[in-house]
Amino acid sequence: MRRGEVAVGDAREVTVVDDLTRTQIVMYAGASGDYNPLHTDEVFATQVAGFPGVFAHGMLTMGMTGRALTDWVGEDALLSFGVQFRGQVWPGDTLVTTLTVTAVHEDSVDLAVRTTNQDGRDVVVGTASARLDA
Amino acid sequence: MAEQSFPVEAGHVLMFRRALGEAATYDPDGLAPPTFVAAGAQFQPTHPLRPTPGEPWFGSGRTPSGTASAGGGIPGGDPAGGTASTLHAEQHFTYHRPVRVGDVLTATSRPGEEWTKEGKRGGTLHFTSYVTEYRDADGELVVTARSVAVETGRPPSSGSGEA
Repeated sequence: MRRGEVAVGDAREVTVVDDLTRTQIVMYAGASGDYNPLHTDEVFATQVAGFPGVFAHGMLTMGMTGRALTDWVGEDALLSFGVQFRGQVWPGDTLVTTLTVTAVHEDSVDLAVRTTNQDGRDVVVGTASARLDA
Repeated sequence: MAEQSFPVEAGHVLMFRRALGEAATYDPDGLAPPTFVAAGAQFQPTHPLRPTPGEPWFGSGRTPSGTASAGGGIPGGDPAGGTASTLHAEQHFTYHRPVRVGDVLTATSRPGEEWTKEGKRGGTLHFTSYVTEYRDADGELVVTARSVAVETGRPPSSGSGEA
């Protein structure tokens, strides 16, 4: 993002995953080191923990959301990124991230970050800030 | 006050990017994606969310749960991992500079503030937070992470957080 080329209200909408697979959740478990059976073990998730099935790590959803963010602002430009986890993400879900510029400062921008599922429900809501290039 | 060395390796970043859905290729000079420091858990000698050889694991095997106390729990631990009764409610990162392949980070964690809130469906929700600082080999701060967990005591129907 360049100074002078971004304005409050500028927005982007990105489909960060279409039909989330159990395999991708397993890949995230392996890469991150979070092997909580809630995310990868259907028997445990349903019979022991009482959930309808396995569900994605919140950090997987944040990670996919973060990619939408860095694809726009640049991977070396991010200054902060924070989210609340608002709802579970299940296999089969399709997630859309919406990024909206909320403030433009001299050298940085603030953004609102929102990822929703195919039913329009928020799964991740937060903010980010990024450095502007000259 | 746990301290842990965390080398940022190209192969690990490759796996992590693929897990996020990227068509990534091996890049020994690349940057790590913004949530990568979560993968520092791999470098802890033991971790409650990773099976330890010779010890019972709470996932399914011969029985649906390998241990009597399903869900485990991470007393005094980083809530970012979550358990059956603790959900990851918030995660915040402040970037002092990007994380690069080749960095050797040192993570120092400490408990943060705790608070309670009345839940929408009744009951009191107990929030705990945890702050982790990632410093490079020169001792310079690279990333500050703040995790918030909420204790539910039972699986939520939806909406109060995410493990």
